[in-house]
Amino acid sequence: MNAPGQTPVVAPGYDSGSVTRKITDIVLARPLGRGWLGGFAFAFALLMMMNFAIGWLLMRGVGIWGINIPVAWGFAIVNFVWWIGIGHAGTFISAILLLLHQDWRTSINRFAEAMTLFAVACAGLFPLLHLGRPWVFYWLLPYPDTMGLWPQWRSPLVWDVFAVSTYGVVSLMFWYVGLIPDLATMRDRSAPRPLQFIYGVMALGWRGSARHWKRFKMAYLLLAGLATPLVLSVHSVVSLDFAVGIVPGWHSTIFPPYFVAGAIFSGFAMVLTLLIPVRKAYGLQDFITIRHLENCAKIMLATGLMVAHGYITELFMSWYSDDKFDIYMTLNRMFGSYAPAWWLLMFCNVLTPQALWFKKIRTAPVILFFIALLVNVGMWTERYVIVVTSLHRDFMPSAWGSYHGTRWDWMTLIGSFGLFLSLLFLFLRLLPAISITEMRQLVREKKEPQ
Amino acid sequence: MPQLFKRRANAIANATIMGGGLIFLGACGVVFALGRSDYWTRKEEAPAQPVPFSHEHHVAGLGIDCRYCHTSVEKSSFAGMPPTETCMTCHSQVWKGAPVLQPVRDSLQYGRPLRWTRVYDLPDYVYFDHSIHVDKGIGCASCHGRVDQMPMTWETQPLYMRWCLDCHRQPEMHLRPLDEVFNLAYASPQNQFLVGRTLEEQNHVHHEGLTDCYTCHR
Amino acid sequence: MNMNTWRSMDELEDKPAYRDWLQREFPPLASEWTNEASRRSFLKIMGASFALAGLSACTRQPLEKIVPYVRQPEELVPGQALYFATALNLEGYARGILVESHEGRPTKIEGNPEHPASLGASDVFMQAEILALYDPDRSKSVTNGLEISTWDEFLALVVREREKWKSNGGAGLRLLTGYITSPTLLSQIEALLKEFPNAKWHVHEPLATKTPQPIFDVAKAEVILAVENDFLGPGPAQLKYARDFASRRRANSGALSFNRLYVAESTPSMTGARADHRYALGPRALQELGMALATGASLPSWGDPMLADLTRNKGRSLLLVGDSLSEEVRQFALNWNRPLQIAQPLPSRGDSLPELLRDVAAGKIETLVILGGNPAYDAPVDFKFAEKLALVPLRIRLGLYEDETSALCQWRLPEAHSLETWSDARAFDGTATITQPLIEPLYGGKSAHELMAALTGNGMVGGYDIVRQYWHAQHTGDDFEKYWRKSLHDGVVEGTGGGKPSEFAPHGRAETSGSGLELVFRPSPSIRDGRFANNAWLQELPQPFTKITWDNAAMISPATAKRLELSNEDVVDLKYRGRLVRAPIWILPGQADDCVTVHLGYGRTHAGHVGNDVGFDAYALRTSDAPWGGSGLAIVKTGLRHPFATTQHHQSMEGRQQVRVGTLSEFQQHPAAVAQAGEPAPGRDETLYTPVAYKGHAWGMAIDLGACIGCNVCTIACQAENNIPVVGKEEVARGREMHWIRVDNYFEGAPENPRLHFQPVPCMHCENAPCELVCPVGATAHSSEGLNQMVYNRCVGTRYCSNNCPYKVRRFNFLEYDRNRFESAPVLKLLRNPDVTVRTRGVMEKCTYCVQRINRVRLDAEKQNRPIRDGEIIPACAQACPAVAIVFGDINDPQSNVSKFKASPLNYGLLAELNTRPRTTYLAKLLNPNPEVEKA
Repeated sequence: MNAPGQTPVVAPGYDSGSVTRKITDIVLARPLGRGWLGGFAFAFALLMMMNFAIGWLLMRGVGIWGINIPVAWGFAIVNFVWWIGIGHAGTFISAILLLLHQDWRTSINRFAEAMTLFAVACAGLFPLLHLGRPWVFYWLLPYPDTMGLWPQWRSPLVWDVFAVSTYGVVSLMFWYVGLIPDLATMRDRSAPRPLQFIYGVMALGWRGSARHWKRFKMAYLLLAGLATPLVLSVHSVVSLDFAVGIVPGWHSTIFPPYFVAGAIFSGFAMVLTLLIPVRKAYGLQDFITIRHLENCAKIMLATGLMVAHGYITELFMSWYSDDKFDIYMTLNRMFGSYAPAWWLLMFCNVLTPQALWFKKIRTAPVILFFIALLVNVGMWTERYVIVVTSLHRDFMPSAWGSYHGTRWDWMTLIGSFGLFLSLLFLFLRLLPAISITEMRQLVREKKEPQ
Repeated sequence: MPQLFKRRANAIANATIMGGGLIFLGACGVVFALGRSDYWTRKEEAPAQPVPFSHEHHVAGLGIDCRYCHTSVEKSSFAGMPPTETCMTCHSQVWKGAPVLQPVRDSLQYGRPLRWTRVYDLPDYVYFDHSIHVDKGIGCASCHGRVDQMPMTWETQPLYMRWCLDCHRQPEMHLRPLDEVFNLAYASPQNQFLVGRTLEEQNHVHHEGLTDCYTCHR
Repeated sequence: MNMNTWRSMDELEDKPAYRDWLQREFPPLASEWTNEASRRSFLKIMGASFALAGLSACTRQPLEKIVPYVRQPEELVPGQALYFATALNLEGYARGILVESHEGRPTKIEGNPEHPASLGASDVFMQAEILALYDPDRSKSVTNGLEISTWDEFLALVVREREKWKSNGGAGLRLLTGYITSPTLLSQIEALLKEFPNAKWHVHEPLATKTPQPIFDVAKAEVILAVENDFLGPGPAQLKYARDFASRRRANSGALSFNRLYVAESTPSMTGARADHRYALGPRALQELGMALATGASLPSWGDPMLADLTRNKGRSLLLVGDSLSEEVRQFALNWNRPLQIAQPLPSRGDSLPELLRDVAAGKIETLVILGGNPAYDAPVDFKFAEKLALVPLRIRLGLYEDETSALCQWRLPEAHSLETWSDARAFDGTATITQPLIEPLYGGKSAHELMAALTGNGMVGGYDIVRQYWHAQHTGDDFEKYWRKSLHDGVVEGTGGGKPSEFAPHGRAETSGSGLELVFRPSPSIRDGRFANNAWLQELPQPFTKITWDNAAMISPATAKRLELSNEDVVDLKYRGRLVRAPIWILPGQADDCVTVHLGYGRTHAGHVGNDVGFDAYALRTSDAPWGGSGLAIVKTGLRHPFATTQHHQSMEGRQQVRVGTLSEFQQHPAAVAQAGEPAPGRDETLYTPVAYKGHAWGMAIDLGACIGCNVCTIACQAENNIPVVGKEEVARGREMHWIRVDNYFEGAPENPRLHFQPVPCMHCENAPCELVCPVGATAHSSEGLNQMVYNRCVGTRYCSNNCPYKVRRFNFLEYDRNRFESAPVLKLLRNPDVTVRTRGVMEKCTYCVQRINRVRLDAEKQNRPIRDGEIIPACAQACPAVAIVFGDINDPQSNVSKFKASPLNYGLLAELNTRPRTTYLAKLLNPNPEVEKA
């Protein structure tokens, strides 16, 4: 399996028993540490801050944000696109890599899927909040109402509703089905009866019979097949929110592919940003080896290059189009009042990843961590540039304006990290962060003579 | 170690999974139904009025024409509510001392208007115009029902937008001859469709634009 | 035509200042945190809002009441508006109006076509008066010192006083008023002065520092030179002048009989924006120019061909000079213009303010009655009016507001608004109008007539009897009733017009000697001399050229700014003749170098909750000897900054040809060339979809940029008609103004002396509307007649439509604007137009082509079973426009006026290259420059 000279995906000297113990102990045996408590407290505080901001928002209206005419979309949409993007890594890793038989995915897929779920949860929040009248959000759903009206199907926002909700549901099922055998393991290994009971209920009566395993494999494969196209469709649809508009800087056919690439790019960046500290904190270096990090880095490099290609094509097209509005928009991005944002995103998304050409860097967790961090920032900035700089100076100079997030914008953005991290902390504490069954299998495979 | 779950746990599990789904659907169904219930729309609910005015008595009994009280129904968007004077034109002679009419007499004496409770209450963003409907051959009864059979007045329609649209989409099914507009007992003929087509011609009803948003909303 | 345009002044140099202007945020929602109430009620409201958010869909509609009349008025049909003819005064001169009234609530003011000073059009002040009528800040009770009193107590006082006056012939009794043309009031004052010969009447009007200029026939003028004279700007005759001027600028109808306009002025004005040749000169230079013309001294290079042009057309040319120029010049101009003079506004009678103050100082005065005006605020600063007033033992004030002057008087009487009272007034040409009340005085006010009646010993007589008596006495013929009714109905009294040109009586002088920086005073284009300071509509009206709202500024030219190292929003000290005022700087292209223009009317302290502490008080520098400014100004930087709220940050066209301009000769050679600048629109067939056929009506609008004078009345008329909320300075600064039609303002050419362009921009009602296909709930959709419909009650507020609107004409209700501090007063509910929904928070809104008017006319036509006549439907903006620059109608009808406009070779669509197919199109603007002058 391993090419010679390559770090194995599991450190040697593990058998099924030890693997299981190592993973389950994190939840069952490990005492409640200061680190976890502190971290969770912090995350939860942020979450509360967001709730406060949302309360004020519902009370006063979206006017508490920085949005205006001409820039009627701001942080909310930026955050939405960014979080959805991050949500792509999980499914990509578990589904696509599964279908591609990439054994190295096993020890990180559970974690990545969880991350996906939480990211989608955060993302789902913003489209609702950004509505002027959130309490009538259900008008976007097709149902036979008393007005004799239906949603307006030409609008990408309606497509969004379906794309995002489908994605959320499928990733949830995928994640949970994958969890079932492990939940059973937890049930069997947990001492206190109530805990056994809870895990037992969640395990849906898994007994590990051959029939169970057959069904399980089939279901998992099916869901993988189902999830794979979604990875590509969701962000394509999201990108259409912009591509369908006539705004210079939005109206571009390259958006779907380049948004998907960007999504996976940012997704893996987020995986690394979280994986590297977690792996350290819980001493999982043996399972999440340098090889994993390196592969993630490679994918980042690849997708990063695609994104860069996207940027270059955009520049070229605006020159090639000879469209005065498009050309002005491009120049304005590079040299206008929001130029700093544009150059920052170029630095983060185009320049930084180039470092990943070097194995030394790919295999140095700390550096990787910071590169990933930069990419996260860069991807957020990219969406900011797309949304704001395109809108603040479009067709009518007389209507040009400027936009800046208010404290409420920032509180909501930072608060959403709170939501994300809180969920993540709970996940690490209550569920096996690495797929036990798949690890067992992996170890067994390793044992068998090639 | 004893068994964690009894045999029937499976049954329970299945039940909860199925049940959960059903309960959710049920809840949706309830909300959906409630929004369409008469309770919600106050259909066929006769609110209390300062004076127990009976259309049945005045219209069916005395044969007073709608327009005697609702004077502006042919001129204005608002059908018009009779000023106290109108009531007193008769009631200064008949039922002079009737205690039920005390509020009316007070109203005239102290110049305090009567405060009726609206029965047909459209949202403020709906701009309904009585005059044009009457002018094009929509009968009072089409929306207000057999008022001449109502001791107290109630709403006979849910007033959903969909209900408005039904008529605006195919007015021919609801048109009647202009001289039948105020006839509450008028029954549309079997071949209403054909009749409606000719009435459309006669009453100059223009289809196009009837379902424009701006026809009712501004 | 050269299009070398620059980005807005600061951007030109891309100063760090501009950067941090961009970076700067208004302390986000500081208000919530400073404002006690909102912080305290946080949880409460929060709970409520959750209920709103969660349950708004889950509560039954509450039962509503329906309240019929007890006795229904004869002429009233519930649900249908009535119109009454009356008039409003501006500096005493009447402009006739028609007032729309719903069940007794006046809701909208339109011009009266019968009236010579309106001609059916209106100006911003007329439109805004309806808001002033309901203003909750108006003075509400009779007060004596600190106590609330009553009219009866006041009458008792008058009786006692009259005894005294009888004994001494009214010595010590003084009357102070503004300009008065009201025949009835004048006769009442005469009666008073006859009864008490020693009493005196004084007049003070801050902006009328000279005998009013005669009115000329601009329509007949071939050539006009305006020297510091903004005859197209606000004033008693603006509407007539605008109409006449535009009539000589029509390129779409009949023969081209263009006039030519030269303007020399210190600061850009509406007149300057219409000039074929414009020269930015300081007051001194202007005076020299004037003298040169008067004395035949040598002129600047461009002057000679211009003078030749004027002389060639002598008798058909006008030389209009401003009040700030010297008497010689004014006299010369008057003689020059005499052939075209059509009316002489009656000069005001009564003695002047200085005489009054002299007597005060001499202690001769015991009783001073001040009718209206606000001298304590707007009298020349060197008069020290406030101090002197304190010396008068008994001070009586009749005023609309508890303003600066009231604050200094013991007896303060609430005045009734012009729309609440019987009165009369004359227009600039003497035409009299009997003004009738639309509503009982809301705040128990009384009219000047009623007060005068009391003073003349007639007790409390009603205004109706007073006015009617007067006209009865005037009426010679029989059947007075008929005459009276007709006068009321028409809004003009027959045979009172055509005021005879009278002799010119000069007095006062202008200060133009000295050197150094010059100061120029101008009335504010939005709040005039300050009398409209508490009118939120006017305060939020973007001022021409600067687009500033809720502020005034010290306006200087780019060159001067460079020299003094000043940039926008720098706060400076204006030191002028030993007086000092602190003012923020605005750099204004087209301003004359080395002269600073300040707008009067701001910095009020007793205006009301809207007008207090808005801007700075320029009157503090205004002295009686130089009412329009003078030399010797010094500017000192303070290092402070003052944020402005402007509605247009960028005033160059970026070569995008929004406004298309050509010259008359260009047009005559290639008629189509002017409009066809810029990219052509794709043809109707260049589409994948089958084009929609509009079988019935197809509404469209044409806006003639050649006629528009940029007076802003369309904006405010729209605001009045469509219940558009005021949002306040902070929100405007955040880019959230709500005006449905904005007047864009572009500079073109060199910053020193650019060309100035106006462009009214309403919704274009595109046939391929980009906003429509992106709305997820179909809240904005196309009508069968081509209207781009916006359905508020369906809107969920994604704001996608606005992003996708290339014209950015959509407006969003970001916060609950109809509950903000400007709109929340309960009395303002009476002002709302019942035919237009009051929009809630979180909903998009925009120009509807006044669909409520379209529907009203359609229903009438349907009921009478006849087609809709052309010109029967008039949107609020078109109805108000004095220049008839906005035309609306059915473009399917080739005979309609709008079709004729659109058939003009000057017709073009804004951003038509995007294939939006706008229903609103523009007629390019034509200039008529003098070739010799251009050579020179």
